[in-house]
Amino acid sequence: MAMHGMRGLSVFISDIRNCQNKEQERLRVDKELGNVRTRFKNEKGLTPYEKKKYVWKMLYIYMLGYDVDFGHMEAVSLISAPKYPEKQVGYIVTSSLLNENHDFLRLAINTVRNDIIGRNETFQCLALTMVGNIGGREFAESLAPDVQKLLLSSSCRPLVRKKAALCLLRLYRKNPDVVNVDGWTDRMAQLLDERDLGVLTSSMSLFVALVSNNHEAYWTCLPKCVKILERLARNLDVPQEYTYYGIPSPWLQVKTMRALQYFPTIEDPNTRRILFEVLQRILMGTDVVKNVNKNNASHAVLFEALALVMHLDAEKEMMSQCVALLGKFIAVREPNIRYLGLENMTRMLLVTDMQDIIKRHQAQIITSLKDPDISIRRRALDLLYGMCDVSNAKDIVEELLQYLSTADFAMREELSLKAAILAEKFAPDLSWYVDAILQLIDKAGDFISDDIWFRVVQFVTNNEDLQSYAAAKAREFLDKPAVHETMVKVSAYILGEFSHLLAKSPGCSPKEIFNIIHEKHPTVPTSTIPVLLSAYAKILMHTQPPDPELQNQIWAIFNKYESCIDVEIQQRAAEYFALSRKGAALMDILAEMPKFPERQSALIKKAEEAEVDTAEQSAIKLRAQQQMSNALVVIDQLATNGAPPPPQVNQLSLVKMPSMSSTADHNPADQALSVANGTLSTVDPQPPSADLLGDLLGPLAIEGPPAAAVPSEHNVVSGLEGIPNVVDGAAIVPVGEETNSVQPIGNIAERFHALCLKDSGVLYEDPYIQIGIKAEWRAHHGRLVLFLGNKNTSPLVSVQALILPPAHLKIELSLVPETIPPRAQVQCPLEIVNLRPSRDVAVLDFSYKFGTNTVNVKLRLPAVINKFLQPIPVSAEEFFPQWRSLSGPPLKLQEVVRSVRPMPLLEMANLLNSYCLMICSGLDPNPNNLVAGTTFYSESTRAMLCLVRNIIVSVFDPGN
Amino acid sequence: MGIRFVLMVNKQGQTRLAQYYEWLTLEERRALEGEIVRKCLARTEQQCSFVEHRNYKIVYRRYASLFFLVGVDNDENELAILEFIHLLVETMDRHFGNVCELDIMFHLEKAHFMLEEMVMNGCIVETSKANILAPIQLMDKTS
Repeated sequence: MAMHGMRGLSVFISDIRNCQNKEQERLRVDKELGNVRTRFKNEKGLTPYEKKKYVWKMLYIYMLGYDVDFGHMEAVSLISAPKYPEKQVGYIVTSSLLNENHDFLRLAINTVRNDIIGRNETFQCLALTMVGNIGGREFAESLAPDVQKLLLSSSCRPLVRKKAALCLLRLYRKNPDVVNVDGWTDRMAQLLDERDLGVLTSSMSLFVALVSNNHEAYWTCLPKCVKILERLARNLDVPQEYTYYGIPSPWLQVKTMRALQYFPTIEDPNTRRILFEVLQRILMGTDVVKNVNKNNASHAVLFEALALVMHLDAEKEMMSQCVALLGKFIAVREPNIRYLGLENMTRMLLVTDMQDIIKRHQAQIITSLKDPDISIRRRALDLLYGMCDVSNAKDIVEELLQYLSTADFAMREELSLKAAILAEKFAPDLSWYVDAILQLIDKAGDFISDDIWFRVVQFVTNNEDLQSYAAAKAREFLDKPAVHETMVKVSAYILGEFSHLLAKSPGCSPKEIFNIIHEKHPTVPTSTIPVLLSAYAKILMHTQPPDPELQNQIWAIFNKYESCIDVEIQQRAAEYFALSRKGAALMDILAEMPKFPERQSALIKKAEEAEVDTAEQSAIKLRAQQQMSNALVVIDQLATNGAPPPPQVNQLSLVKMPSMSSTADHNPADQALSVANGTLSTVDPQPPSADLLGDLLGPLAIEGPPAAAVPSEHNVVSGLEGIPNVVDGAAIVPVGEETNSVQPIGNIAERFHALCLKDSGVLYEDPYIQIGIKAEWRAHHGRLVLFLGNKNTSPLVSVQALILPPAHLKIELSLVPETIPPRAQVQCPLEIVNLRPSRDVAVLDFSYKFGTNTVNVKLRLPAVINKFLQPIPVSAEEFFPQWRSLSGPPLKLQEVVRSVRPMPLLEMANLLNSYCLMICSGLDPNPNNLVAGTTFYSESTRAMLCLVRNIIVSVFDPGN
Repeated sequence: MGIRFVLMVNKQGQTRLAQYYEWLTLEERRALEGEIVRKCLARTEQQCSFVEHRNYKIVYRRYASLFFLVGVDNDENELAILEFIHLLVETMDRHFGNVCELDIMFHLEKAHFMLEEMVMNGCIVETSKANILAPIQLMDKTS
């Protein structure tokens, strides 16, 4: 088929196609670019047809990957061409070549607007499409109202309206401040009544964007979505053109179910029943058929239905159907289904109580880890990572370690990091942890970041009963023929510190240990030498009585490095040499490293950071945030109010625990008070973060007696009570007694306030424990689950939780275990009944013991009055009579707040929304007044309508 | 966002059509196309149609010598996109009659028009073949 009249273009494409190599192609492209450039220079003689041809050539060249830095003006100018073919090319090429910030676009804005408001439908479509693809701020400012009008216009045909919907979506997403969607609830509801499936498809995308931003405003649209789904699933009134292999638009079905996942739950029993019928039908009625396309399409719908069922997490029976289906899927031959089965099973981990059922499929999942397809292997790895807990960590980590040796290089780094994290998080016992990490270093040395070996050193240092075991293991690994550099480092460090514990075992005399380490010396890079030197110094110190031969050998090494070009090595060599001649003083100076403070794992933090994501908030991610995280250790919290920003945390550093005085500044009541007043007088001392590398590798000793080595500013920062700083003093200060008070992480009051507005999050955290909350509220009932997570490698004991309920709440707390095992999380459900309205707050009195520390905190529970509210829309006819009928206190309260800066209307509306007050826009004649309605539930009052009217009078308004 | 880009690439790795729904510079496009073409074209028929790349996914399908590669966000419904590719191919079939690589090469503008009727700013806008092809038929009539 010849191209209509664009012979030149066809010839050019043929030429390109006939090019033998990239070089020929480049020459041909350069020639053409020269040609087009000359033609554009004397634009006078150019007909629109010629312009069109050249502009296509430009697009073609651009697609081939060559820069086209001219002719943009010509493309844009075609937009104003009067005839359809030229105009069309202008629009399409402009949206391909230019980005939204290009200056030339501004020149076209008037033409685009004229096309949009003009009468020619095809022109309208072209203009809407371009704006929908690349429209920026200026387009939003000048066109948004016109586009909205087209979308809602009843005289517009579907082909225009479907484009208007997506055009508006773009303008709204790019400039939410310009495109006002307040009051879109009704319009959206109206759009969802649309019969045309093209318009409905686009509108559903728009709806997803709106609802993902604020589902509260769109409750009324929920039944409409269910209706659409029912219409499609039952194939009612679906034109043939919109069925795909007999399936009514699978894409619209998928999108609709996606939209429903943005609503936390479905209240209305009727809507709920219909939806569950539809979902049940999809779950049960999707058969495997021969035709690939039909199969894919029906499974696309099925997988989305699975996601929706998981999200609603309501019907036990349906959930087990889902798991059964997924279990089947991960074992089928069809690779796509296997992949999606694994992917969705990983999502299912977020649903409470599903872990155990998923664990039954562990063997199959491990098989998938060896699948020939890397995409599937990745999914299997993710799933294993997610489903790992104390009970199966051993199996899973060992499986991962075994897989490491054969895994693709592309996966090894991720695999090692994940194995290391799991080993740390869920180690059934610490010796197993040491084994796992040493094996990991042995098998994947190149992929082991420093964090991993630093971490194992911290664990070994902090656990005395582990030290001789670790030393013996390290010695074993050094015996191997080819030892990775990282293994040399970690073994040398551990043997330097702890090999004296083995001294009595065969082959472990100081001399033998020294020899086995020193054997590796010729092969290691410069960066490892300092670790070796420290190990030698320590071995020397531990050799009592001194062995002159060993001494001479080591001194010779120190001597040799005293003139090393590397300053770090030189300094160590010189200092160790000098120190080791000081006799008894050496013992103090080179004493064993003190325990490391409990720190956040740098690994886990790294894993969290690695999860980069640029996509908009997805339903799944939102859900993940609503669910309690399984990770016991969370990222650093922001500094509390008024406190200086936390010190710059470098990659290795782990925030150290300040030795805290026992002032009451972690008392929530105190904090709440000071926050409310806007001044927080107690400033948490934040010592500079410990640099782990400094801890581990820093020269061990400086001159002089121990005390003098503590830098004075550290005394100021963390030695508030004159307690010696046990961390920075490192090796040279005797280990001081830890004080027994524990500092919370993050601001308790802020956490409480945040939880008043949402239903899940962290209530309290300190270095040992994290208490999370997840709540569900229905009328005057509430169910709240406390998640108590032990962040340590040793158990928390004497755990006690007591609820101090105010008179208006009936609260029952289930049994709280006395002990929380290491790195475990326990869930304690709480049942709450609201008896009558009150503003009092329930308090959780919580205490536990960790080591010698007894921690007792009183935490306000976010079972506050607004949790018992349910927003309802109120019409003007209902509102004003009711409003007027309430005459005054106690039923009607008025409060005047003066001399405060008025809150922006939108912010105020959002605030009311988050308190479950539904804004009824357009009710009040004055646009500055907000009117809202809600229902309050309590046992004594039952449902009670509450109305709010918020009048904002600006004092700067000259009219007042 | 949904769909980030649609690529058509032949088995030699030459791009035959590229449409992006997020702005990338020419260098970024070249790098991206190079990487994903290398990744996807090396895969066998027995492997699944999804490839994870950076922080998004590629859903791809092969038709004779031509690969259709669609970049999507991680939470997109993969099978829906896979069948959307097939819908695009069927639409082209209806217009060209058994579409082949050459049709797309020599009628790049039509391929673009069809795609533009189907996807806008990364969202699916139309799935009825008759509706997708209507403007192109209009163009054929007027020119």
